[in-house]
Amino acid sequence: MATPVRTPGGTPVRTPGGTPVRTPGRTPVRSPGHVAAHGHGGVGDSPPRPDGTLKVAGEFAYASDLWIDGMLWGATLRSPHPRARIVALDVGPALALPGVRAVLTHEDVPGSRFFGIDGTGDQPVLAIDQVRHEGEPIALVAADHPETARRALKRIAVGFEVLEPITDARAVIADPEGLRVQPLGGITRYQPVRVGDVDAARARAEVVVSGDFEVGIQDQAFLGPESGLAMPSEDGGLDLYVSTQWMHNDLKQIAPCLGLAEDEIHMTLAGVGGAFGGREDLSMQIHAGMLALHTGRPVKMSYNRHESFFGHVHRHPASMRYEYGATADGGLVYADVEIVLDGGAYTSSTLNVTGNAASLGVGPYEIPNIRIDAYGVYTNNPPCGAMRGFGAVQACFAYEAMMDKVAAACGLSPLEVRRRNAVSQGSRLATGQVIDAPAPLAEMLTRLEAIPMPPAADASDLRNLPGGVSQTTHGEGVVRGVGYGVGIKNICFSEGFDDLSTARVRLEVIGGEATALVHTAAAEVGQGLVTLEAQIARTELGVRRVTLAPADTTVGDAGSSSASRQSYMTGGAVKTACEAVRGVLLERAAARFGHHDLTLVGGTVVSREAGELASLEEVLGDAVIEETREYHHRPTQKMDPATGQGNSHTQLALCVHRAVVDVDTELGLVKVVEMAAVQDVGKILNRLSLEGQIHGGSAQGLGLALMEEIVVSGGVVRNPSFTDYLIPTILDMPPMRLDILENPDPAAPYGLRGAGEPPTLSSTPAIVAAIRDATGRALGRVPVRPEHIVA
Amino acid sequence: MDFLRPLTWADALAAKAAHPGATPIQGGTDVMVEINFDARRPEALLDLTSVPELTEHETLEDGTLRVGAGVPYARLIADLGDRLPGLAQAARTVGSPQIRNRGTAGGNLGAASPAGDCHPPLLASDAVVEAESSARGTRLIPAAEFYLGVKRNALEPDELIRAIRTAPASGPQYFSKIGTRNAMVIAVCSFAIALHPGERRVGTGVGSAAPTPRRATAAEEYLSGELDWDGRGPLPDPVARRFGELVREAAAPIDDVRGTADYRRHALAVLARRTLAWAWNDHRATREEAS
Repeated sequence: MATPVRTPGGTPVRTPGGTPVRTPGRTPVRSPGHVAAHGHGGVGDSPPRPDGTLKVAGEFAYASDLWIDGMLWGATLRSPHPRARIVALDVGPALALPGVRAVLTHEDVPGSRFFGIDGTGDQPVLAIDQVRHEGEPIALVAADHPETARRALKRIAVGFEVLEPITDARAVIADPEGLRVQPLGGITRYQPVRVGDVDAARARAEVVVSGDFEVGIQDQAFLGPESGLAMPSEDGGLDLYVSTQWMHNDLKQIAPCLGLAEDEIHMTLAGVGGAFGGREDLSMQIHAGMLALHTGRPVKMSYNRHESFFGHVHRHPASMRYEYGATADGGLVYADVEIVLDGGAYTSSTLNVTGNAASLGVGPYEIPNIRIDAYGVYTNNPPCGAMRGFGAVQACFAYEAMMDKVAAACGLSPLEVRRRNAVSQGSRLATGQVIDAPAPLAEMLTRLEAIPMPPAADASDLRNLPGGVSQTTHGEGVVRGVGYGVGIKNICFSEGFDDLSTARVRLEVIGGEATALVHTAAAEVGQGLVTLEAQIARTELGVRRVTLAPADTTVGDAGSSSASRQSYMTGGAVKTACEAVRGVLLERAAARFGHHDLTLVGGTVVSREAGELASLEEVLGDAVIEETREYHHRPTQKMDPATGQGNSHTQLALCVHRAVVDVDTELGLVKVVEMAAVQDVGKILNRLSLEGQIHGGSAQGLGLALMEEIVVSGGVVRNPSFTDYLIPTILDMPPMRLDILENPDPAAPYGLRGAGEPPTLSSTPAIVAAIRDATGRALGRVPVRPEHIVA
Repeated sequence: MDFLRPLTWADALAAKAAHPGATPIQGGTDVMVEINFDARRPEALLDLTSVPELTEHETLEDGTLRVGAGVPYARLIADLGDRLPGLAQAARTVGSPQIRNRGTAGGNLGAASPAGDCHPPLLASDAVVEAESSARGTRLIPAAEFYLGVKRNALEPDELIRAIRTAPASGPQYFSKIGTRNAMVIAVCSFAIALHPGERRVGTGVGSAAPTPRRATAAEEYLSGELDWDGRGPLPDPVARRFGELVREAAAPIDDVRGTADYRRHALAVLARRTLAWAWNDHRATREEAS
């Protein structure tokens, strides 16, 4: 066995109950250690990220950097076909290659041969007799060298009987029994929403507008491909270092497949290079575990960019039909909506993505009569699941285009028609849920209108023009357009899910200074949660020194880093645990000083009556105060399966965008000149991080509007590379003007409102509306391609 | 896979003669991508980055510029932008600053991708590729004869590209490229124009719209005859339109994941008209400045 390089993980960790939990015997190089976040900056300040310098300097240890002596390299054989029977499989030639240590198929899965993120368990660990999407894993190789593993894959002989792929989602809805992709179906979820009487309302409408809309498949395009290291432990268990979004949910899926109990697997979060939903589903976790258990050696698996396009789910493509009726003065009378989401071959998150699309299908507008039919379906197209915005993005593109159609038909400005129908606190959503926190949409639109317009482009610098330095225009054909977008997103998990978070906080004096250790299993995926955890500890405990323990499974579940929920949930858990620690501290102080009117102000214990009593350090002495707390959001309800009614959402968040574009109308090229956004976040916890989230979300929405699409033909991906799957560059993403509101949500910690996803929703429709304004084209599909503009 | 790193041009030629299957590598911006994707597995890599001759450029006695095949895009822009503006504009559209520091026009020629950005300006300016082998010495191949098919060029297995030879611009030159984002993008299609007023002639190059980069010969001939070279009068709109149509007709594009054939044809006509207008206006302005 190799000499351990770093062994902080070797210390026994105790759970709140005092039971020792097994921890790794040896720790890989470049695995996460404690992060010191010493300094100033509580809640509301903008301290720098504790991992920021390392990331900027290129020294941060990402999962792909994991290393331990003696490790093997795993590789995955994937299906080239979207639908085929496997009629022969011979691993012999691969096993015969020198340096190959294992070649495994579905027959070698130690436990359950299926897994799935939402308990559906319909996805094979390795294909069993058939493949249902391009890139489906069929076999695994472990070898001494990654190149050997790659060559071995080519020597696995697979006989396919290729079948015609099922790729038309609407055809599946028409014939779900005949076009069954897998045993579950057919249709993954059908969720209707019914409010009032649409047919009766249609007769009363003075204006009727309709449109068909499509959203292409967007990829999360995180920069750190899937990667991790699995190490067998001496007691027959497994240590897993993986870049993921939700370790405890991973564990629930991994353990049964490996035939291990959950407490026999110890997971540690390895450095995550972006997530955006794409790491909610498992990628290499079970595979690396199988290879490690089989060989008795540590096994590393790292996808390259090409494999990554097949190694995670994408945003559901959507096909949508909308019809709205309104009064002549622009008041919405009814909405008749059909939303079809193609989830690909396995369930993944399609159940909940469909629920979101249904419940938020008409956006933040008051409409008295609503009929929404939302479908998630199985096909042999690429598997789709969670991505930032999660079902709300697709609908938002359609309903915002519809608002512009109503405006045009009624002779109103886009802003006016939105204000006229805007929800506010007390309004009902399509689900009947009353918005019981501030939702000042009309005010937000008025504030957006007040933001100054950008000046005309300075055409003397090509970088300011459509096409940039590719020099397609010196100004010829360029027309400016302005468009608006509004989005509403549910924050935290919905429909009855209790997505709790857990935090353990320890306070002690180290080197003469009170120090807080914060330990959660929450995944830092780049969003800045580590910064915020330290800020909360400083605010609640009055300390300067905060250390963040590596996220692992020796502490309780933190839920997923998704649904814009970690500031709310893990922030809430850290806050609550800090309050508990503070309570114990003040009890100690009360016992010592005889005062019972104590508070902690900064780092000082203060009596209301007697004034300042002692510093934190004096009160603590040699004591260690450690408290672990779970945090739960308020309960929610499932949507009624027939009417869609129910208080299904925890919290709702709004963002509005104005996009200004210059379009080369002859060539169809677009330069987004500026985006302005107004978002209500309840409480600004860290303005720098928050602005980064709004900028980043807007950029991801810009990508969907203009360029980001996994192009699929007959179930086969045509552009699995960053050469042809384009994401915005600095010359595509314009400067932004932000107006951030703080109307607190009394139910949430600090009054905060989740902020990561809403800007991703509203930027896309705003940009497309601006292109429509410049060109007069209908543009019912995103991404908008040059062909669509000049056609 | 063998890795050969000659330190002199003579050694490089000898290595290529000894290993005709070796793939030359300069910046690696094409070759390494293909190797990483396992799209090719050459028997050897011939690393030319240590051959000093290739990174130099000079002016020959007849005034021709001789630009080493290893001069990176960044230096084409900085050192030669004034004399080879079309090539410099094309170089400026390649990748990111890091890529432009590494990538070379020689590599672009070696890869011979129809989407290579250097090809259209080399065609428009009548550039000549200087190839060399240890057995037969130097061979001069006009750019228009260099591209034989998709990623196929006229080099013999024992030949290496030594340099590009081209006259300094004698008139306005422009390069224009369509991409679906505003930087770091492969050409959907591209177009280059060079006016050669002394010869009363127009050069063109069309990129990413046929199996090889190609000249729009009929468009060149038509325009050369129509332009008011002496009077330098305004460009008649019908002439510009006809030129655009002839450029469009010179293309033989396909539908692919980057764009449709119809769009490529349409865009080429627009680019041809626009670049012609810029070039002609420059030409007219030159006279006005001179007078």
